[in-house]
Amino acid sequence: GTLTWRGNKYSLDNGKMLLRGCILRNTEWCFGMVIFAGLQTKLMQNCGKTKFKRTTIDKLMNTLVLWIFAFLICMGVILATGNTIWETWIGRGFEMFLPWTKFQIGTVFSGFLTFWSYIIILNTVVPISLYVSVEVLRLGHSFFINWDVKMYDCQTNTAAVARTTTLNEELGQVEFIFSDKTGTLTQNIMVFSKCSINGTIYGDVYDEFGHRKEITEKTACVDFSYNLLSDGAFKFYDNTLVEAVKQKDSAVQEFLRLLALCHTVMSEESEGKLVYQAQSPDEAALVTAARNFGFAFWSRTPESITVCEMGQVVTYQLLAILDFNNTRKRMSVIVRDAQGRIKLYCKGADTIIFDLLDPSSKDLMHTTSEQLNEFAGEGLRTLALAYKDLDEEYYDVWMKKFLFVSTVLENREDQLAALHEEIERGMKLLGATAIEDKLQEGVPETISKLNLADIKIWVLTGDKQETAVNIGYSCNMLRDDMTDVFVVSGHTLTEVQQQLRKAKERILSLSRVSDARNDEDNDIFADDSVFEEAIITEYALVINGHSLAHALEPQLEIVFLDLACLCKTVICCRVTPMQKAQVVELVRKHKRAVTLAVGDGANDVSMIKTSHIGVGISGQEGMQAVLASDYSFAQFRYLQRLLLVHGRWSYFRMSNFLSYFFYKNFAFTLVHFWYGFYCGFSAQTVYDQWFITLFNIVYTSLPVLAMGLFDQDVNDQNSLRHPSLYKSGQNNLLFNKRQFFLCTVHGMTTSFLLFFIPYGAFSVMVKEDGSHSSDQQTFAVTIATSLVIVVSVQIGLSMHYWTAVNHLFVWGSLAMYFVILFAMQSDGLFGVLPNIFSFVGAARNCLSEKSVWLVILLTTAVCIVPDLFVRSIRASLFPTQTDRVRQLQQSCKRQRPEEQNLRRACRTSSRRSAYAFSHQEGFGELITSGKNMRTSRVSSTCSYERTAPSSKWIENVIKRTNAVSCISFGSPNKSIKRK
Amino acid sequence: MGKEKSKSGPLARRPDNSAFKQQRLPAWTPMLTASTVLPSFYLLALICMLLGVWLLLTVQNTQEMKVDYTEAGSCNLCFEMRKNVSNAGQKCTCMIMFSIEKAFKGDVFIYYGLRNFHQNLRRYMDSRDDGQMLGRKSNLKSPSSYCKPFDVDEKGVPIAPCGAVANSMFNDSFILTYYTINGPTVVPLLRKGLTWYTDKNVKYRNPKMDNLTLPEVFEGTTRPPYWQKPVYQLDPFDPNNNGFINDDLLVWMREAAFPNFKKLYGFLYRANKPFTKGLPAGNYSVAISYNFPVQYFKGRKEVVLTTVSWFGGQNHFLPIAYLVTSGLILLTAVVLTVVWWKFGKDGKNMAD
Repeated sequence: GTLTWRGNKYSLDNGKMLLRGCILRNTEWCFGMVIFAGLQTKLMQNCGKTKFKRTTIDKLMNTLVLWIFAFLICMGVILATGNTIWETWIGRGFEMFLPWTKFQIGTVFSGFLTFWSYIIILNTVVPISLYVSVEVLRLGHSFFINWDVKMYDCQTNTAAVARTTTLNEELGQVEFIFSDKTGTLTQNIMVFSKCSINGTIYGDVYDEFGHRKEITEKTACVDFSYNLLSDGAFKFYDNTLVEAVKQKDSAVQEFLRLLALCHTVMSEESEGKLVYQAQSPDEAALVTAARNFGFAFWSRTPESITVCEMGQVVTYQLLAILDFNNTRKRMSVIVRDAQGRIKLYCKGADTIIFDLLDPSSKDLMHTTSEQLNEFAGEGLRTLALAYKDLDEEYYDVWMKKFLFVSTVLENREDQLAALHEEIERGMKLLGATAIEDKLQEGVPETISKLNLADIKIWVLTGDKQETAVNIGYSCNMLRDDMTDVFVVSGHTLTEVQQQLRKAKERILSLSRVSDARNDEDNDIFADDSVFEEAIITEYALVINGHSLAHALEPQLEIVFLDLACLCKTVICCRVTPMQKAQVVELVRKHKRAVTLAVGDGANDVSMIKTSHIGVGISGQEGMQAVLASDYSFAQFRYLQRLLLVHGRWSYFRMSNFLSYFFYKNFAFTLVHFWYGFYCGFSAQTVYDQWFITLFNIVYTSLPVLAMGLFDQDVNDQNSLRHPSLYKSGQNNLLFNKRQFFLCTVHGMTTSFLLFFIPYGAFSVMVKEDGSHSSDQQTFAVTIATSLVIVVSVQIGLSMHYWTAVNHLFVWGSLAMYFVILFAMQSDGLFGVLPNIFSFVGAARNCLSEKSVWLVILLTTAVCIVPDLFVRSIRASLFPTQTDRVRQLQQSCKRQRPEEQNLRRACRTSSRRSAYAFSHQEGFGELITSGKNMRTSRVSSTCSYERTAPSSKWIENVIKRTNAVSCISFGSPNKSIKRK
Repeated sequence: MGKEKSKSGPLARRPDNSAFKQQRLPAWTPMLTASTVLPSFYLLALICMLLGVWLLLTVQNTQEMKVDYTEAGSCNLCFEMRKNVSNAGQKCTCMIMFSIEKAFKGDVFIYYGLRNFHQNLRRYMDSRDDGQMLGRKSNLKSPSSYCKPFDVDEKGVPIAPCGAVANSMFNDSFILTYYTINGPTVVPLLRKGLTWYTDKNVKYRNPKMDNLTLPEVFEGTTRPPYWQKPVYQLDPFDPNNNGFINDDLLVWMREAAFPNFKKLYGFLYRANKPFTKGLPAGNYSVAISYNFPVQYFKGRKEVVLTTVSWFGGQNHFLPIAYLVTSGLILLTAVVLTVVWWKFGKDGKNMAD
């Protein structure tokens, strides 16, 4: 489209588009016009739909409640049938004392009415209060996450936030983590960490014995204060390089000069300081390094580069920039120095550079190559640097060819490439640089912990394959001891298919070999599903965006997924936000596993929304991800605490809570069922109405809530130290259908004993003073008291962590029971409403009897002992991992546990190279054309004054139009800056 | 999400480092393993064993005698007679002989027992008006609808006490006779103090008298249909034992939990010889005024004589249950000990 303003027309094309989610670089401000907003932006179109997230336990709970409902109806039918039979055979004879009412017209109809009566009486078996309690628990767990000081980041002043309160226990069952790279695993900060100049490595720190020291916060930095232009934020630990620069070592100087000249960085001055605006942070790091070592890039014009070399301002004439692109993997500049010599400086991927080297630097090449391997092994991004002296005539000829080719229409790219290669041939090697893509704090440790917890981590990134693989190595996801790293990069469906098949066959064939040895004694493992577990060796899969698009096709997705799940690490690079979501969806759909997506940018929103749990890192890239997420915090490393501590606890607590809750309800309610057989199935309740009302709300709700909120089997340090504890959540061991079945059977047994032991005693019971005490009210009070005591003891057994609150709630609930019991059966209340509080005096008469207490004691003992027996024998014979860790925790309670240090192992790597650049081509052209230069800015000294008034003018414009986001224009010369 | 705090500064949003919020509350963390629960198992087994033995010894010293008189002896005639409803007004008495081989020492209690009588049916249990029996005037004249169909008679006169429970009150009476060498002696029975204190004094009250006699207070009400006498004439000998606080009525109104039950009828008056030490051994007879029909519901009636111990009457269930429980706990304790000895003694299994 075109923009017409003040009579001038401006074309609007793709190059002038800013997409939502972009970050402005190289300029402090720009004018813009919003053309597609909201849902029409590319970002939002990529977002995918928001789903209603529910946890697995939630779904299971719904099923179980339905089952319980069916069970309730079954009981109703049994009792109703019983009633019909009873009325037919026995009830008829009793009609004399209890005539049928006008509603009761037949035994079958009586059974029908009884059915509904029993549905009402037994409805307490359906845990209605469960849902409320579960929500309360989750809210509590969310607050614990918010309050966790160990998930608070001081630097950004952000605490972890649980943005939903419904997914907490799902955090304890995560099997797949999908992570973004930039901003999540890495800080997106590049640091110049090492270099090799002329075969000497600079950047390592040695102690007095000549051993390499780990660089920590405490290591002394090199003091750059002598250099006025130095950047304070730059840190380097090896003094020898500075010494070398001071001694005017020519190789070192040339090396730094190259760094100061060969780049596409723009400089500007703000607040009296030199500030670099680079397209990629790698470049900024390199140029900053040169600057600190005394070769400060000062300013550039389309034709020149001004560098401050060791305090002297030197201007180089910029003759050409042979820019970076994906195939070249290098960039060169041709400059004419003050002495008139023409030089070509080149930096690029080592493999490429080494091919172009002059034979004279062969020895150096070997040493450097070894050093590069060392760098790469440490996960550093490496670049090789080389230079070449050109003579005037050669250059002139070449330049003419170059200018000619630039205007050719056909095949221009290829011809240019050939021309570039021609001049870059025969260079001399200077050395290599190693840049550290700074990881977020604690990323490798976190990843290895999560790996130990059997959580598969997939990295989904928009970055290039090399970068992604590099980060994979530096955060321990890819290791040299891995058997194989499969790279899938096919461009067609069949290619991808072949690659996937081949990789899978390789894995299977290798493990078959190892499996065959064990084959004699265990045939079970021959089966393919178990097979997956049997793979001992580790594989990794790297797949790029193009291939992924094919791999996600319906016919290939299963193959892809199978392969990916066989691999320990999966890295998908160059993926679009939509593909991220598709991958997540794929795993969700076919694996029935809980997925967690973690990301920080707007491009992660779709996968955050698609996964079961979305985690947003509140970093630099805006709030998009955080707003879409379920949990957010500032650092990737908090993920381990979120999962291994909070998630595990949540799951553990929720499971115990549910087991107990179902047990309690069954034990409470089924007593009515047993009583039905003795009261003619007449739907007579065993307990007092008040007890039924208050049992779930007052007598037993608080202890189980306390358990659900505070219980911990293992403390947080040990949870982190033993990540394998997490597996019980993934395998859904603590609460599943079997567990539910067990706890209902337990509840039923308890109710059976609760009913039949008092029954046995009561049928022959009289009081000490001879008056009979086998009446229904005494029976009710006895059973109710036994029940409250039994379930209180039972929760005591289930609790692992008795805080003061737990004590208060358990003992308080018991005390409350007796207080309310006596209050409800007091003379005063009876006097007010005799028909409602008809149990007057029952508790007093009944609980003063020794025989009643004997019954209660016996019932409690009989109900508790089997459970206690099973629990202790299980802990002794088949201790779970949890039991072991608990034991350990108990035994070393006294000793203050010190944090285990999972240090990143120093690896010596055999891996080759990684090319650091992540930027796109075309930037060099922009510089030489001068398009992105401020017209007035020939020398940087005067630029500050020039820009200042103009920015004031802009402010005026903003004020006048009063709508920055809607529409605002720059003056013609400013509009250049929009890029 | 969290509370917005007023303080500002670099650490403004830092959560409190309190033990509660960081889930580091001091806590007791018990472990259930064989070694920790074993002592309690043995202790529990021991307690149950001791209790069981003690209870068993106590029960051995109590005595119980049951006389089923439903169709026994001359009661057979009465049984046949009560089969016909038209004979309800007629009196029928019968006598049963029995002998006691071993003297009942101490206090002796006489109960009537019913079998297969369901006092625990829901509609039966609800069929009463506690407000009326508390002496509420309003409830006296208009009984609760729960009492239906025994709330008012055909003429609409309110029934006092209303409801199926009161209506079905047990109305047999017994006279116990002891045959000594000198001839028969009537065994003196105390028929008072049979109820709970709370029932007699709190739960059941007669309506306010206001200088009226009891029959005057109950004027305008009628007796339950199955009763022969109105409520204010239940005890012809003691005027204070009439109305809603009659002991027999109160005993009946405390509904039994199970269809087989026994309720207190009276206890032995031990002031005079030969009953000062209880019931001596010898021949006895019980003369029954046979009123309560049981044949409709295939019930049985019995007279029960027992002595009591510190934990109530003769109750074999509790001692046996305690002994069995003790045995089982001991068994599990032994199993646990073996397990502990073999596997868990030095935490062998616990170590990784």
